[in-house]
Amino acid sequence: METTATDAALQSIPALLARNAATWGALPAYREKEFGIWQSWTWAETAAEVRAIALGYMTLGIERGDHVAIIGRNRPALYWSMIAAQMCGAVPVPLYQDAVAEEMAYVLDHCGARFVVCGDQEQVDKVLEVQDRLPGIDHILYLDKRGMRKYDHSRMNALADIAAEGRAAHHRVEAELDGRTGELTFDHPCVMLYTSGTTGKPKGVVLSNRNIIVTSQNTAGFDRLRHTDEVLAYLPMAWVGDFIFSIGQAMWTGFTVNCPENAATMMTDLREIGPSYFFAPPRVFEGQLTNVMIRMEDAGRLKKRMFDHYMAVARRVGPAILDGKPVSALDRLRYAIGDIFVYGPLKNTLGYSRIRVGYTAGEAIGPEIFDFYRALGINLKQLYGQTEASVFITQQPDGQVRSDTVGVPSPGVEVKIGDSGEVYYRSPGTFVEYYKNPESTASTKDAEGWVATGDAGFFEEGTGHLRIIDRAKDVGKMADGRLFAPKYVENKLKFYPNILEAVVFGAGRDMCTAFINIDLTAVGNWAERNNIAYSSYQELAAHPKVYEMIQGHVEDVNRSVAADPMLSGCQIHRFLILHKELDADDGELTRTRKVRRNIIAEKFADLIDALYTGKEQIYTETEVTYEDGRKGSIKATLTIRDAAVVTGEQRMAAE
Amino acid sequence: MNQMNPDGYTTADGRKIGPVLMEMKNITLRFGGVKAITDISFDIREGEIRAIIGPNGAGKSSMLNVISGFYVPQEGEVWFKGHRRGPMRPYQVARLGIARTFQNIALFDGMSVLDNIMTGRLTLMKSGLFSQAMWWGRAEREETGHREKVEKIIDFLEIQSIRKTPVGRLPYGLKKRVELARALAAEPRLLLLDEPMAGMNVEEKEDMCRFILDVNDEFGTTIALIEHDMGVVMDLSDRVVVMDYGKKIGDGTPEEVRNNPDVINAYLGVSHD
Repeated sequence: METTATDAALQSIPALLARNAATWGALPAYREKEFGIWQSWTWAETAAEVRAIALGYMTLGIERGDHVAIIGRNRPALYWSMIAAQMCGAVPVPLYQDAVAEEMAYVLDHCGARFVVCGDQEQVDKVLEVQDRLPGIDHILYLDKRGMRKYDHSRMNALADIAAEGRAAHHRVEAELDGRTGELTFDHPCVMLYTSGTTGKPKGVVLSNRNIIVTSQNTAGFDRLRHTDEVLAYLPMAWVGDFIFSIGQAMWTGFTVNCPENAATMMTDLREIGPSYFFAPPRVFEGQLTNVMIRMEDAGRLKKRMFDHYMAVARRVGPAILDGKPVSALDRLRYAIGDIFVYGPLKNTLGYSRIRVGYTAGEAIGPEIFDFYRALGINLKQLYGQTEASVFITQQPDGQVRSDTVGVPSPGVEVKIGDSGEVYYRSPGTFVEYYKNPESTASTKDAEGWVATGDAGFFEEGTGHLRIIDRAKDVGKMADGRLFAPKYVENKLKFYPNILEAVVFGAGRDMCTAFINIDLTAVGNWAERNNIAYSSYQELAAHPKVYEMIQGHVEDVNRSVAADPMLSGCQIHRFLILHKELDADDGELTRTRKVRRNIIAEKFADLIDALYTGKEQIYTETEVTYEDGRKGSIKATLTIRDAAVVTGEQRMAAE
Repeated sequence: MNQMNPDGYTTADGRKIGPVLMEMKNITLRFGGVKAITDISFDIREGEIRAIIGPNGAGKSSMLNVISGFYVPQEGEVWFKGHRRGPMRPYQVARLGIARTFQNIALFDGMSVLDNIMTGRLTLMKSGLFSQAMWWGRAEREETGHREKVEKIIDFLEIQSIRKTPVGRLPYGLKKRVELARALAAEPRLLLLDEPMAGMNVEEKEDMCRFILDVNDEFGTTIALIEHDMGVVMDLSDRVVVMDYGKKIGDGTPEEVRNNPDVINAYLGVSHD
């Protein structure tokens, strides 16, 4: 790439789009599977579509600085409507599509959105439900016309119709549009993203063109991304990562963004596209590995033996081959044979045949899971980031990949560790401000531009890699002053496929206790193989055999935690298996599936109390929210078990 | 809303109901000595959702089979699109534009969802056996066209993720949806649904209701359905026929039917005090 981001001409996403249309006009920019076929749009077609939508916005009277909310699953037209908004000098605000109307109302009100672009009827209905409280909404646009015929269209329109109107009106509005597009600079806001926030109301993070474009440029260079790369855009559009991958980096490097048919077909679509650059949170990799293992359990003897044998080979030498370390010729030959018979077909089934760079982030990934993919020859790496940093804070360079670090600072990013152990960073990607919230901006970003991540961590000596221990505010002290790092223990628990989620308590207490959520897929399959009958999640979760199994896992974790003298106080003395899955709809998790401790502690106060008062059983009623927003309640009697812990003396003896 | 207008009217939610599409006149159906249907008359209008309800053994499915032409009544006349209909073979019924789903799912278990839906378009395929076997030129173009139509239906019913799955592996609720898809693939003017919600949970029922309403709304398809779930029937249909022991005991809008004392007696039961 001969151009640099400091070029005056390339200071906005629309400018990059124009460059791409000129450079790679006939190459695919976006694909979407629809009606069973991958429909494709070239860069030139994309530029024309985006322009038509922008002209359409102009006919609706969009103003500079207006906010355009985008709600829906990943679809090319929704990405285009974001870029079109930028062309008009407006700011796109993508929202989480699975948010209920109430949550949407807050964000729509806070940003004062004038236009809302919805994917389908479902999203339109949610907006209409809260519209009477939101006088600021001028016009609702929707993509999918299905079911929309009977709606009052006085302030509503199909996006395609508005684009057509825009095309027809181009003489009238295009001079103004071109003027607004031309005046965009690095300092104009590029997008506003609401952080899910493990505490309190979501905050609107304003990211400028500089944040997005310079970050994209730096990180695309780090991983040598090219315009021939392919990505699958399937993560929520409201998440900063999707914006960076599917818009920032895609526009900068000119690679192709592929949108799946719908959420349920994602795995099939992944296989069909075979992306070369892929991002997934750990749970996707976990889910796939669990599936592979379940299917191997049912496979024939020969296949199973081949799989076991060659996976052992791969675990031993695969990561070393991937990192370019010396490996004996015999092992290379073994690996090559394994690649023909096992790894190749397996990667093909998973859709990872063509991956050059794969990233996982958001949560800690289990070492076994991580090593499994690395062993297959998939260049899976970890990065550490947050919305306020335009994703990238640290990432792992090729050849220096480990499951317990998050890598070295990304290009252009400075990282320091504060006195309290908290990680701070300063980078070209550092956000401009929290929208309409100067206090929070000031408390997060200091005058010199350093931002507190809220995570505690340290740099490893020798390698310079960053290791994250836990959320800084979650790291606490137990009653006797020992260190309490709940996430550290929870992650260890969650590495077991049977455990979906865990919440550990113990701050200010004399011992640690835990809530466990079982993974229905894994435990259900285990139950099937062991002839354990159950009729509901609740019944399975309460089964004594399941308790026994989970107890085994907890005690394993206790042994592993005890090995670290600093954290040995975090062993779990008592635990219970929850009768319901923790759910974002009930407010127990964030939309990105992070545990909200305060809310859980409040909601299940009776259960926590029972954990600490030595009860064997506890009756509880829990309110749940169904997908359509209705409320109901679950009643259950939960069993509490004691888990064996390793005491100091035992550890000494073992040593 | 003037339901008496023979040329049609517009419903409260803005759908256009046309003139009479099908009329049953004094139908009596006997199996040997058993009278399944006794002297029943009613009509189905273009674009409406018409429900037939009644307790078990009331003769609802028999009635549907008379509408579909599978049973030929011993007495009475069936008029379709202004013509009196004689005894017909099943393919003739299909060509008339009548498609149906079954109470006990009747799909090809070993075939994929896609292939099952494609069979719905059989009557619309023009090329002969030989050219289809060669699959060249016209046959290929034709199949592409049909596939496009089928994909629209797959999209409509949101079953993309099971497109290539053999039907035998699907859960019950989805099979029902595939059956609806296959019936829709025939582009029917009149769609007969035999207990479309039987055995479904609340969520599946809600989905199915939405699909039925959407089909009626988007394609203007006339729908006649049999259903046990009173709530569903009352919400969905424009007019309801109530049967009991082979006789018609009520006919009208859901509101009228709900307040009809005979219906309350037969269907909902009455307290004997």
